[in-house]
Amino acid sequence: MGKIPDDARVTPELVASHGLTPEEYRLILDILGREPTITELGIFSVMWSEHCSYKSSRPELKKFPTDGPSVMVRAGEENAGVIDIGDGWAVSFKIESHNHPSAVEPFQGAATGVGGILRDIFTMGARPVLLADSLRFGDIRGKSRKAAENRRLLKGVVGGIAHYGNCIGVPTVAGEIAFDDSYSGNPLVNVFCLGILRHDQIRLGKATGEGNPVFYVGAKTGRDGLAGAAFASRDLTEESKEDRPAVQVGDPFREKLLLEACLELFEHAESIVGVQDMGAAGLTCSTCETASRGHSGIEIDLDLVPQREEAMTAYELMLSESQERMLIIARRGHEETVRRIFAKWDLDAVEIGRVTGDGLMRVRHLGRVVAEIPARRLAEEAPVYHRPARAPVGGAERYDYLKFPEPKDLEGALLKMLEAPTVASKRWVYDQYDHMVRAGTVVLPGSDAAVVRVPTDPPGDLPPVGGRSFKYLAVTTDCNGAHCALDPHEGGKLAVAEAARNLACSGARPIGVTDNLNFGNPQRPEIFWQLRRAVEGMAEGCRAFGVPVTGGNVSLYNESPAGAVDPTPVVGMVGIIDDPAHITTQCFKAAGDAVILLGGAGGGLGGSLYAMEILGRRLGPCPGVDLAFERATHEGLLEIIRRGWVRSAHDCSEGGLGVALAECCISGPGAPVGAQIDLAFAEAPLGRRDEVLFNEASGRIVASVPEGHLREALSLLMGRGVPACRIGRTGGDVLKIGFSGGRLSWSVARLRDAWAGALGRVLRG
Amino acid sequence: MKWAVLQFPGSNCDQDLIHVLRSVMGKDAAYLWHKERSLGDAEVVLVPGGFSYGDYLRCGAIARFSPVMKAVGEFASRGGFVMGICNGFQILCEAGLLPGCLIRNRELRFVCREVALRVENAGLPFTGRMKPGQVLRMPVAHGEGNYFADAETLARMERGGQVVFRYCDGTNPNGSLGDIAGVCNERGNVMGLMPHPERAAEPILGSADGRLIFEGLADAVRARRAARLSGD
Repeated sequence: MGKIPDDARVTPELVASHGLTPEEYRLILDILGREPTITELGIFSVMWSEHCSYKSSRPELKKFPTDGPSVMVRAGEENAGVIDIGDGWAVSFKIESHNHPSAVEPFQGAATGVGGILRDIFTMGARPVLLADSLRFGDIRGKSRKAAENRRLLKGVVGGIAHYGNCIGVPTVAGEIAFDDSYSGNPLVNVFCLGILRHDQIRLGKATGEGNPVFYVGAKTGRDGLAGAAFASRDLTEESKEDRPAVQVGDPFREKLLLEACLELFEHAESIVGVQDMGAAGLTCSTCETASRGHSGIEIDLDLVPQREEAMTAYELMLSESQERMLIIARRGHEETVRRIFAKWDLDAVEIGRVTGDGLMRVRHLGRVVAEIPARRLAEEAPVYHRPARAPVGGAERYDYLKFPEPKDLEGALLKMLEAPTVASKRWVYDQYDHMVRAGTVVLPGSDAAVVRVPTDPPGDLPPVGGRSFKYLAVTTDCNGAHCALDPHEGGKLAVAEAARNLACSGARPIGVTDNLNFGNPQRPEIFWQLRRAVEGMAEGCRAFGVPVTGGNVSLYNESPAGAVDPTPVVGMVGIIDDPAHITTQCFKAAGDAVILLGGAGGGLGGSLYAMEILGRRLGPCPGVDLAFERATHEGLLEIIRRGWVRSAHDCSEGGLGVALAECCISGPGAPVGAQIDLAFAEAPLGRRDEVLFNEASGRIVASVPEGHLREALSLLMGRGVPACRIGRTGGDVLKIGFSGGRLSWSVARLRDAWAGALGRVLRG
Repeated sequence: MKWAVLQFPGSNCDQDLIHVLRSVMGKDAAYLWHKERSLGDAEVVLVPGGFSYGDYLRCGAIARFSPVMKAVGEFASRGGFVMGICNGFQILCEAGLLPGCLIRNRELRFVCREVALRVENAGLPFTGRMKPGQVLRMPVAHGEGNYFADAETLARMERGGQVVFRYCDGTNPNGSLGDIAGVCNERGNVMGLMPHPERAAEPILGSADGRLIFEGLADAVRARRAARLSGD
């Protein structure tokens, strides 16, 4: 779209090129009672884009449980939800996608994704203390052009996340990366941030109090990211590269200053009425949303907005998505406090307008009113679409895996599984992230969940001399797209169950969920059906574990010319660990411990990574999940952890029990620890050794316990109805897995080499 | 305030240093804003890690012009104890308080991981609690920690005991010349190192070896106070 002058007439072609339907345009005429100006048309188009208005997904999102005794700010009310963690402290967390920008410009796309989610969190008054990322790419192996492109995207995205997170000094501690060709050309970049705050530090995005000044703070406005929200609401095509101006450029240094200045200002509670970050749809969204929430109006003068490019039109100023900017509604009479603090941090803080009582968002430019729109109707009355949903004909493909012969070389199969990029160690990635800054990362990346301690100091500029009190938080992000592709409903439940299981393995109980729904074009009934079924499954999962959804993000239109991505409803889950003595990691700690399996032998190879990697195709059906049983298993595990009987715990996910056992041996910081395992008990019910080793049935955990506690641990678990049995013992430098017809054996050094070096070998290639 | 932790725009390990000094070690430590012109009654100056001025132009290149750095230079020339960690090390090199410079890591990637450090000079205020050859474990986190100096400078530094720490056990993360991880000035009162002792000062974080540096400094401060009282 070429440059549009501010006095352009609105034509049907312009309406269409703004992604607005004729019906939506009629609604605009009704709201305004006249034809919109071109600036107003741009404002409506971004506010009513899928990205900002959730017009397709909103009816589905209502299915999530959002209440709970600890919920302080609910999903959808503000930039991010807030959950009470006790003793006057709370956490605010959220996950958000930057898929489309990352597809076009991976480094800046991912970097600004980090910047955006950080602002969402500190806007709430919270200090960001950790980041996590859930990433998906097409297969990176091989010599094809597609694989080379996927490698380029991976390197760019990782570099962008590192660039932004490292500079701003918030550790990137957790996340996952999975690879599947459905993501070729449309990678998923979902970024999670968590911040901590005292209850009295919660800040809301409300413009109230007629006459209160509206401040623009942070970086200057340029033409970057023009209408990025609308860009994110379209399919990616070959021409998407021409949308590169819709990708913003991030400056983490500027954001660090903005973060510190805002938190310093927020300590002056008497000076502040409301705060809102300028993310998607920049000035437009921040002004109309604060006015709408405050049941007020807002008036701004664009001539006062700090600008770094010349001759910007009102349209451009309102739609720019320049990064590192915030809107602050101050209290009249306190302007000097705002100016003084931002001057200290060398940032612009300019009064650009005021709160009004007429309910209108009024925008002036060059002495003229260029937009005058009822704020509430713009922000809240976006059309809602009840899209048709239709299950795909025939349902998910089902294959009988018995038609595929068991490979002769199962030892080689496990090595190959450990080298698969989805399973292989992600150290090549997280080495590039500063995951230790803030001196709080207790469990580093690479275990089931990261554990971070956060200080809970009394108010003041400096922490106390002598002992400091902490809370211990565990964080994980999870979703298996292959499972969701086979059955989005079970897949949605499984994503929640896996996240909760990862927390339990770390010694944590879950306190809240944030979700990132990544799907294709919702106007296709089969895609909308996936979205609906996944949401329903996740909602069931959250209810089963008693955790509220505190907010999240919906990313639709994730399609490349080759088709839609696998449905990928990512779950970010936060847990709390009551006592640091309960912190548990996945690796075996020493020789001589008993190895136990919770949750039974499982069965079926549907949805397994093994089927993809070794048998060469995706097999259905999706593994099922019994949520009540899953919860009982987690609670049983937590109980034996609390009693001090557990040395390590690791969940079985991609690659099943075989991969989980190998990871227990090789994923610790020190020398690998071998184990002697006997799985003959599982052969009779299941039939095949590959099924025993690689099925991905849910609810299963490998733990190690000192022999002296084995009997009481097993009897506690069985007493709670959790199947648990001893399957072996740790020790030696070999992993041996026995079956009735003989045993498989691997040197742990060989396993570690395959797993630890795989990603680096592929990416150097 | 006896321990001053400098704060530049973009510093991000300042809070971690304050945490270790105050909450772990019980010291009287506070922040000192980069626009200050006086160090007050500081007995130790710590220059924290981070991305001062976003690492624009070159790491540490802009921070050295901050008003506080003039005071730090005078403090160092009077024999005051100054330690720079990571970006703080880069700033001290740019300010000319330490020899050499730090360039991009050999692999051209940021690297965050634990390394092993061998103590090369145990006769400094910073290393008074260590033995020569002792191996310490602490993390690094940097994109530009590849130490470089010309051959003549390097030879002089090696002779003069100015190489304080070396990466060992094959853990050099950045291609640093001579595996150098930390250096001091000729007088031995200014030190810079790339690894982060403040992230390795408590067992729950995996290592408490870093604490030895702060304890050594505290000993040196106490000795100096005692000498001053006795009129030396």
